[in-house]
Amino acid sequence: MKKFSWRGLSIIIFICVTLFYLAPLAIPNLPRWWSSHVLKLGLDIKGGMQILLEVDTSELSTADARGAVDQNIKIIRERIDQYGVAEPSIQKLGENRIMVQLPGVSDYQAAENLIKQTAMLEFKVVATQEEAQRVIDTIDANIKANLDKFPALKELADKDREIIGADSSGVDTESSVFSSLIRPSQDGFVVQYDTIRLVQDLLANPEFMQMVPAGWELALERINAENPRSDRPIHVLSSAVELSGADIARARVEYGSATSTDPRIANKPYVSIEMKREGARKFERVTADNVGKRLAIVLDGVVYSAPNIQERIGGGRAQITGRFTTSEANELAIVLNTGSLIAPIKPVSTSIIGATLGSDSIRSGSTAGLIGLAVVMVFMLIYYKLSGLITDLALIFNVGFILAMLTAFGGTLTLPGIAGIILTIGMAVDANVLVFERIREELDHGKTPRSAVDAGYKRATITVWDANITTLIAAAVLYQFGTGPIRGFAITLTIGIIGSMFCALVFVRSIFENYIVTGTKKTLSI
Amino acid sequence: MRLLNNTNIPFVNYRKIAYMISLILIVAGLIGLFVRGLNWSIDFTSGVAAKVNLSPLDSSVEPVQIDELRNVLKNNGYPEAEIQHVGPIQDASFMIKVKSESSTAEVSGETKNEILGIIIENFPKHVEGRDINKDVIEEIYEVGPKVGSELRTNAILAVVIALILMIIYIWFRFELIFGLMAIVALAHDVIIIVGIFALTGKEITIQIIAALLTIVGYSINDTIVIFDRIREDLKIRRKEPLDEVINFSVNETLSRTIITSGTTFITALSLYLFGGTVLHDFAFAICLGVIFGTYSSIYIASSLVIDVTHATKNEKKAAQKLSRRK
Repeated sequence: MKKFSWRGLSIIIFICVTLFYLAPLAIPNLPRWWSSHVLKLGLDIKGGMQILLEVDTSELSTADARGAVDQNIKIIRERIDQYGVAEPSIQKLGENRIMVQLPGVSDYQAAENLIKQTAMLEFKVVATQEEAQRVIDTIDANIKANLDKFPALKELADKDREIIGADSSGVDTESSVFSSLIRPSQDGFVVQYDTIRLVQDLLANPEFMQMVPAGWELALERINAENPRSDRPIHVLSSAVELSGADIARARVEYGSATSTDPRIANKPYVSIEMKREGARKFERVTADNVGKRLAIVLDGVVYSAPNIQERIGGGRAQITGRFTTSEANELAIVLNTGSLIAPIKPVSTSIIGATLGSDSIRSGSTAGLIGLAVVMVFMLIYYKLSGLITDLALIFNVGFILAMLTAFGGTLTLPGIAGIILTIGMAVDANVLVFERIREELDHGKTPRSAVDAGYKRATITVWDANITTLIAAAVLYQFGTGPIRGFAITLTIGIIGSMFCALVFVRSIFENYIVTGTKKTLSI
Repeated sequence: MRLLNNTNIPFVNYRKIAYMISLILIVAGLIGLFVRGLNWSIDFTSGVAAKVNLSPLDSSVEPVQIDELRNVLKNNGYPEAEIQHVGPIQDASFMIKVKSESSTAEVSGETKNEILGIIIENFPKHVEGRDINKDVIEEIYEVGPKVGSELRTNAILAVVIALILMIIYIWFRFELIFGLMAIVALAHDVIIIVGIFALTGKEITIQIIAALLTIVGYSINDTIVIFDRIREDLKIRRKEPLDEVINFSVNETLSRTIITSGTTFITALSLYLFGGTVLHDFAFAICLGVIFGTYSSIYIASSLVIDVTHATKNEKKAAQKLSRRK
């Protein structure tokens, strides 16, 4: 280049930036600051899970609600970090939604539980057998008086009466309708497997809560993972929270020795917790006051274990046992360490994509892209000869530019994104075709190559701008309204349009002006 | 090499026939829309879509029959579940869909786990020894009711807003009448393609909405190239009647139109043929879009400009105003 030109500079920058961001894909041993800029693959390609969560801030004041979402995000991020997921993405969407993307995760259920668990830990004293019986009798009496409020129970009472038979019409099934759902066991009460669902519904029903005498509450024990169809113990607890998650300093998974006499921990993982100083003091007082009773460890309303208090326990250490698998124990330790969510969250949509599906998709997507690219390139070469070759060169640069810009902006390559790139290949030649057809017309009118190229570019540039700006409008709207993969598509489409305009109007034009129609050449291969 | 050099096809003379064809297609599309309705995907209706693979490790185990699976789900509270084979029958890959709108069972955050539980419990031999998360589940989508309806509103809004913004741009760059006719052409394309989706019962997924917006972008791009030429030719051929100028411009841009739509169509076709199942319908929509987008630029947008300006006795004024713009 003879003298400095803005166009020459922009081409050099364009090429350098593209090469900079594409290098990590091709060269393995680059320094870290460089190789960390590598194109991320979307969930639909890599496989993994995406959960959109909604934070329920209805119970909080407006001021608290604003902070609650951010606070929850922080807690979820910590949980995921401790769980160990590479490149998770946690974003706030709108006012009260959180989008969590976990690429490569394979245990979907565990991941979902880990994220959505409120993890409110409470220690509560279990009622003695006599107290519990009194509470249940009161509930029975209260329900009998309000049976109309509980259609499911009323139905049950009627059914029981039928079973007992007509001759025993004096039998009063209604006065024991609740207690008929539970059975006394050696150290408390259990709910039979068939009725667990009914009892769970009752426990979640605010009407039912009013039937429980003040100061007490009911809670089911955790599902037995080894035998999920077994009966589940139900506990009557004193409502007073003796200790909460805030009193915990640290939780950790440990393994009981094989020789341990306690069957709950022998050879099994359990979670040991260490309390803060204040917590330890509370724990000591509670254990001292309740020797002989049981202390329930309740997480999100479910009793994990309810060991007997043998004696006063100082030092602020406790164990949560409960027939855990190792991964369950791990998750529990994580949620205890990261604290409880400020406001409850619930998933509003979930996508899970298996790794096989993703790799199949990317394979067929790239095959389709390469075939499309090859056909278009061959066509351009045949139709426009040397000029077609230059366009092909620009086309390859354009695809490289899209990938480089996606990397630069931290975008992810999704399946619709690949489709966007493939379509861009088809549409990117448009700008060149417009210019070339125009140059041909000018040549037909008898102009020299040099002035035909000048006139062609001058005329076609307006058209290229007009035509592409409208497509950019469509892409911008897609970006604004889309989520996830569709945004990826909109971004690739936008980058593709900008890239193809640059290639056609700057890159190809420069090559033309500097190498093809220099001096007084009489012919133009187009 | 040159295709279609210096053509002089009297496109605009055939426009009445084209209007008839378009009218028939639009009416067919609308009938499809109102009679059969759109098959909105889980993304919009909310519910659960799960693709599971139930091919047993032990080859002596009988493969799962689709009716068996249907019965099992029916007996466990999901009588409305739609079940389809994915891929060849011996692969034993099934797509199970429970849409909230048509389901008597309440679809909630736990539905996917329930359905998985039912399958694992009833086909123990087919999942035995395989990692449920890695081998059995191929993909699962669960969409809550709120998100589903929000998305549907957003999708419709997106298409409408894109159209309005484009009218404004073309109005600003050309003339209002051109902008309006370009949008009529776009609406024509969108209605026909959505109609084809309704008639064939193909699902409207988020990807299809993206395809529609791409088509809108492509079709307007094509229309504008012709309009641009019309604007330019109007300056040179001031004396000639509008329809002749327009026909001339269409012919002048014809080789470009054919080449660009050709290359775009080739890439879309390559996506359709080799892009895999996930992109199949998306590519199908784009292929249709290229065909109708190209056709409508000539026969709807440009031709309508002639007829509408003629009907409103506005020909001269529109032409004059337009030729003054850059």
